[in-house]
Amino acid sequence: MAPPPPRHLLLILLGFVAAASLATLAAAMYEDQVGLADWHQKYIGKVKHAVYHSQKSGRRRVVVLTEENVIASLDLRSGDIFWRHVIDKNDPVDQLSLSLGKYAVTLSSGGSILRAWSLPDGQMVWETNLEVSKLSKPLLHILSNNKVAKDNLVLVAAGRWIYAVSSIDGVIAWEKEFSLDGIEIKQVLQSPENDILFVVGIAGSSKLNLYQLNAKTGEVVKHIQESFPGALCGEALLVSRNVLVALDETRSGLFLIEIKGESISYNKVHLSDLVQDLSGTVKLLPLMSNGVIALQESSTLSLLKLKGIDGLEVIQSFEQPAALSEALTITEKMKLLPLCTIWVLKLNLLSNLQVIEDGLASILDVITSELPVEKDGVSVANVEHNLFEWLKGHVLKLKGTLMLASADELAAIQALRLKSSEKNKMTRDHNGFRKLLIVLTKAGKVIALHTGDGRIIWSNLLPSLRTSKFGEIPSALGIYQWQVPHHRVMRENPSILVVGRSGTDSSAPGVLSVLDSYSGEELNSLRFDHSVVQIIPLTLKDSSEQRLHLIVDSHSRAHLYPRSPDAISLFLHEMPNTYFYTVDIEKNVIRGHSLQKSCYLSFDDEYCFSTKELWSIIFPSDAERIAVSETQKMNEVVHTQAKIIADQDVMYKYLSKNLVFVATLSPKATGEIGSAAPEESWLVAYLIDAVTGRILHRVTHHGAQGPVHAVVSENWVVYHYFNLRAHRFEMAVIEIYDQSRADNKDVMKLILGKHNLSAPITSYTRPEVMVKSQSYFFTHSVKTMAVTQTAKGITSKQILIGTIGDQVLALDKRFVDPRRSVNPTQQEKEEGLLPLTDSLPIIPMFYVTHSLQVEALRGIISIPSRLESTTHVFTYGVDLFYTRLAPSRTYDSLTDEFSYALLLITIAALVAAIIFTWIWSEKKELSDKWR
Amino acid sequence: MAVCIPRLLLALFAVALACAGVDAAYQPGATEGHTIAGRIKIDAAITSAKGFGLPAKTSNTKVILNGGQRVTFARPDGYFAFHNVPAGTHLIEVSSLGYLFSPVRVDISARNPGHIQAALTETRRVLNELVLEPLREEQYYEIREPFSVMSLLKSPMGLMLGFMVIMVFVMPKMMENIDPEEMKQAQEQMRNSPVPSFSSLLARANS
Repeated sequence: MAPPPPRHLLLILLGFVAAASLATLAAAMYEDQVGLADWHQKYIGKVKHAVYHSQKSGRRRVVVLTEENVIASLDLRSGDIFWRHVIDKNDPVDQLSLSLGKYAVTLSSGGSILRAWSLPDGQMVWETNLEVSKLSKPLLHILSNNKVAKDNLVLVAAGRWIYAVSSIDGVIAWEKEFSLDGIEIKQVLQSPENDILFVVGIAGSSKLNLYQLNAKTGEVVKHIQESFPGALCGEALLVSRNVLVALDETRSGLFLIEIKGESISYNKVHLSDLVQDLSGTVKLLPLMSNGVIALQESSTLSLLKLKGIDGLEVIQSFEQPAALSEALTITEKMKLLPLCTIWVLKLNLLSNLQVIEDGLASILDVITSELPVEKDGVSVANVEHNLFEWLKGHVLKLKGTLMLASADELAAIQALRLKSSEKNKMTRDHNGFRKLLIVLTKAGKVIALHTGDGRIIWSNLLPSLRTSKFGEIPSALGIYQWQVPHHRVMRENPSILVVGRSGTDSSAPGVLSVLDSYSGEELNSLRFDHSVVQIIPLTLKDSSEQRLHLIVDSHSRAHLYPRSPDAISLFLHEMPNTYFYTVDIEKNVIRGHSLQKSCYLSFDDEYCFSTKELWSIIFPSDAERIAVSETQKMNEVVHTQAKIIADQDVMYKYLSKNLVFVATLSPKATGEIGSAAPEESWLVAYLIDAVTGRILHRVTHHGAQGPVHAVVSENWVVYHYFNLRAHRFEMAVIEIYDQSRADNKDVMKLILGKHNLSAPITSYTRPEVMVKSQSYFFTHSVKTMAVTQTAKGITSKQILIGTIGDQVLALDKRFVDPRRSVNPTQQEKEEGLLPLTDSLPIIPMFYVTHSLQVEALRGIISIPSRLESTTHVFTYGVDLFYTRLAPSRTYDSLTDEFSYALLLITIAALVAAIIFTWIWSEKKELSDKWR
Repeated sequence: MAVCIPRLLLALFAVALACAGVDAAYQPGATEGHTIAGRIKIDAAITSAKGFGLPAKTSNTKVILNGGQRVTFARPDGYFAFHNVPAGTHLIEVSSLGYLFSPVRVDISARNPGHIQAALTETRRVLNELVLEPLREEQYYEIREPFSVMSLLKSPMGLMLGFMVIMVFVMPKMMENIDPEEMKQAQEQMRNSPVPSFSSLLARANS
């Protein structure tokens, strides 16, 4: 018989367990784990302007300006990004040019900000502010100066002003205002001798003014004015020394203007005589060669040669150039045609580089799809081979942990971890880590990315969302799950629904496409005869597992899709319980609606329903303006309704899918931070039940200002705003609890599942709710917020905050718990409640994006994986970033870090110990018997 | 520049905010607005001394006025400026990967043109001059601890081994401490019903 285990032995054991659990509390990732579960892709967006730049030695570069307001320097051969700057949306970049061969000069904010960037490394060299009128289109012209190392002047012309700025330090060399009434500078040209500037301005619509300025001082040398019979559109080119080519207002004719000393003579040429099939807008492109001009229409580029003043002749035309390098000057005496061919080839290369990238920088919406199930069994030989490799890998890893590995071996370990072919397979895995991220871009392109490495599986530019010949520009709206097969229809591929509009206007008829999730093929496409204002995915599914969607049009009629008798019979059952709400920011009203059978207009359309307004909340426009309205994610799962707090008490969460958070701001507080005083700005936060329109809670924050960002989950809301009194950003939390069930507190029953929680909850009973709230300071501005979602909702939540620095910070929900107090009691400490601090900590290791930035961050989404502890996080902006997060660590699976080799060694050691003890004990027994 | 905090302190980044003295932090604007001009100072000593973190690069340092109303970049020497800013209270944030900057509250008084006051919102420190230095360096990765015997012992396998060792070596020692009377009793009992030895246990299991 063994003696009872002494107490201090137990203590030692406890100590070991405690030490072990502490060891696992560490949170962040190690530097060598970068790229194991995450990937980052850099994009620049669709190129709208490119400047080609070649150096005598070194790599060929192109500097581009894109529709996402990015300027970037790219390697022309590989498309690698040398450097890149994402300029703020408030500061649109219009013009780009090169100067002195070492600066890229950009003109932004309607001509008022001129910046120079160093070409090799992208460092901003100088920035100059210019006073211009914002209405006119600014022009940027850089004087070409062949003398090396001499200062080049950068000319900026806008309205009636012209500035000359030194390209070395950004100092304004001279400025000139033209006093003529209503003059607008349309073109700045340079004479081949470099010392005279021609400034073409149009006063009224038909008076052409030509100024000749001294390039060094800005003095007017000569001024010529001439009236034209037709109006000019303003685009003009200096073709040769004294011939100017200008487009007329209709863009269908060219004026050839010759300047002879003091007088101007002109001749008009119709474009249709020169080029057949003119379509789209015609533009003149500067091409600095004697007597040749380039003319661009929507699809072709034509080169025209000037024959004196009498006419033009087409030399050659090219199809579909993507972007044109305007900086290419023909200095060497090369033949024009071969050069042009090379030029267009290079442009094609450039456009190829951007084929994929243009879309992914402008993501609108994201959903995920499961990958196909693996069908074939794995052969035995394959396993054996893998087993050996697997063991080898683990021995290497063990060496790594024991610090025995050499540098080569360390590199091999890293390569092994990154390679891991497992994560890039095209089949479903047990943990749900491999998925397809299906994204919809602004241009109406649908792209599927693999979560393993972010590669593009398929992409499809939807024909229904392509710009049509009639000039209407369709806009994509959203992407939804259409069919997620389970059970019977398992063999079918899942499909997705893309909804768009056939025009930019909200009353334009909608378009719908259904795509196969695995291949991207369009299965079905439909053009609605009604508009699309709101899309409501319902929880119902018809017999073929198609999800039901309600589409509300601009006349407040709801249309049911798919249009099948099965769907309608299902929906008619649920119709009395279907409610939806609309937020009208312009009218400052929130309305709740229910559905009624049949439309007023088309009685024969049984898939159309009219709506009835049930309630409305009208905010007084002089005091409150709706800033943000937020609701839970549709697919959120809540595991437990009750929260057991420290003193064995139970609080019931008020869980309702109909909870809507609305924040309103006083009219003054909606502006920018510096614009309002604390006394005249406030924020009012509402919790509204969307079925009855009942306001469950209302709280006012005085001295608060927008912008407001909010996230709603379970029974809580976290929102971010600016506190004008403290002049800091603040984050507030509201938690809402159901008080009516507060007496029902039997924990045992709750555990055994006998608790009467199944009592139907209806929005019509007046809820007794209790609200707890708290607010904290937060250091950064916020761009967007989201919350982690897990499969069963057991894992604790993290709030994902997209900061102004384009990083994503994961903030544990424990930090924003309204029950935090300055001095928590012993019980509260045991519960894990943190002591209250006035500001939320920013722990750099909790940046999900670690040392990367998702430039121009716009959205964060979290998608549950099949493993409860883990969630997928996908963030998008101009860049894409994907990672997997485990908010409470991976408690349900072994991490990649787990050392199997160490386990094997321990088992071996234990077996050896058993054998040793056995032999030893047998010997002892033998000697006992001999005695 | 009058009083400067010693380099050592900077390296420890205990106090990272900076030098007194009035530089031209203001210019009256040409038209309606004012100009906020300042400088970002990322001390290279901090970075190189610590050995990790990103190299001090100002090329991607953005300066943000009023939560994104205007964004500008720092020049190679760290200087930045916002022009045409109306009078009032503004907020300047600096975003630079690898460093944490405190937002700065800037007051431009309307009555007293050109008078600009600045204070860090995090530490409430008043700046005499708009020189912004990082509060601290952000370290995004956990440092992998070098291999140690303790970490091995803390692992579940280590605990198993440790427990075994205790049972083998410490338990007999404890037996010795037991009162001899009790010991005798226990031995008596053992004799009556002999505890099977380990080997016989195994042998029995085999048969």
